[in-house]
Amino acid sequence: MGMALVTFLIRYGLLPLSGRFTFSKGTTRALGYVPPAVLTAIIVPAALLPDGHTLQFSFSNPYLVGAVITAVIGRLSKNLLITIVGGMTAFVLWQWVLKAGWF
Amino acid sequence: MVDMDIKSKRTEFFNGARDTLPLVIGAIPFGIIFGTLSGGAGLSTAGTMGMSLFVFAGSAQFIAMGLVGAGTAWPLIVLTTFVVNFRHLLYTAALLPYLKRLPPGWQAVLAFGLTDETFAVAVGRYGCADDNPYKHWYQLGSMIFMYTNWNLCTVVGLAAGRMLTSIGRWGLDFAMVAAFIGMIIPYLKNRPAYFAVLVSGTAAVLLNELPHKLGLILATIAGITAGIAADTLASRETNAG
Repeated sequence: MGMALVTFLIRYGLLPLSGRFTFSKGTTRALGYVPPAVLTAIIVPAALLPDGHTLQFSFSNPYLVGAVITAVIGRLSKNLLITIVGGMTAFVLWQWVLKAGWF
Repeated sequence: MVDMDIKSKRTEFFNGARDTLPLVIGAIPFGIIFGTLSGGAGLSTAGTMGMSLFVFAGSAQFIAMGLVGAGTAWPLIVLTTFVVNFRHLLYTAALLPYLKRLPPGWQAVLAFGLTDETFAVAVGRYGCADDNPYKHWYQLGSMIFMYTNWNLCTVVGLAAGRMLTSIGRWGLDFAMVAAFIGMIIPYLKNRPAYFAVLVSGTAAVLLNELPHKLGLILATIAGITAGIAADTLASRETNAG
């Protein structure tokens, strides 16, 4: 897959060159915003617009509820695996709750 | 003397592997999950194995997988991978004093496998006061262990995933959301970061209807700009006050 190749190239090219150039402090800081910005841009629509089009800003949206709970767990535990497992559990449980009509 | 040499190299090698064991175990679930989710995200089996074999960077692989699943444009995937793996540059810099004496072949191999885990373990070893000339074997041992484990787990995940695709569909696509949230949180160290995330998220929802995932790219740019702007403002305040 082309993507694997490209990713390999950047990473491979990057590592050995480390001694020879450094980014300015400003650029480093700016670049630091790329991952959170891009990740957020992906998951926020996924959580708020689960079918791709309608805004579901309510408790009956398990993606949203799951996402919020995941965020809380992540903040508290700082452990990625726990966050993912906890968030997934919350998501699945909430789907049940909704299906059972308790909420 | 030759006997001693070989024994030392081997000892270093296996010590490196041994000391990495807890980290290797920690990587197992991630490797398997990666293999399992990759199909759902749209990666081919070859592509998935390619990533584990050639990229060998857990967080970057997950992120790239998510980005592919979201239909993101190439340049953005490349840029994000670059930034996410940026810290590896710092690792290489930190180990430079030890690595620069090695022949280029060694440097290339060690640089390839310089993950968070191997770095953590190797930096400890290099820091020890002894003069052993074979410390790089330690790093190699650690790296090979992690690498083999990671790829085996990817294979397991791939095999299991193809069997579980229908069952886990909704659960799995939330898994990506959960994983990304988990990965974003460490970045939220200051106000500009929160602001960037807020802007990016809002923009992404507002621009959702744009074709070719333009919304995603624009939202990301908006988020980055917001972060930089807030950052610059914040440092101006500290300088003036």
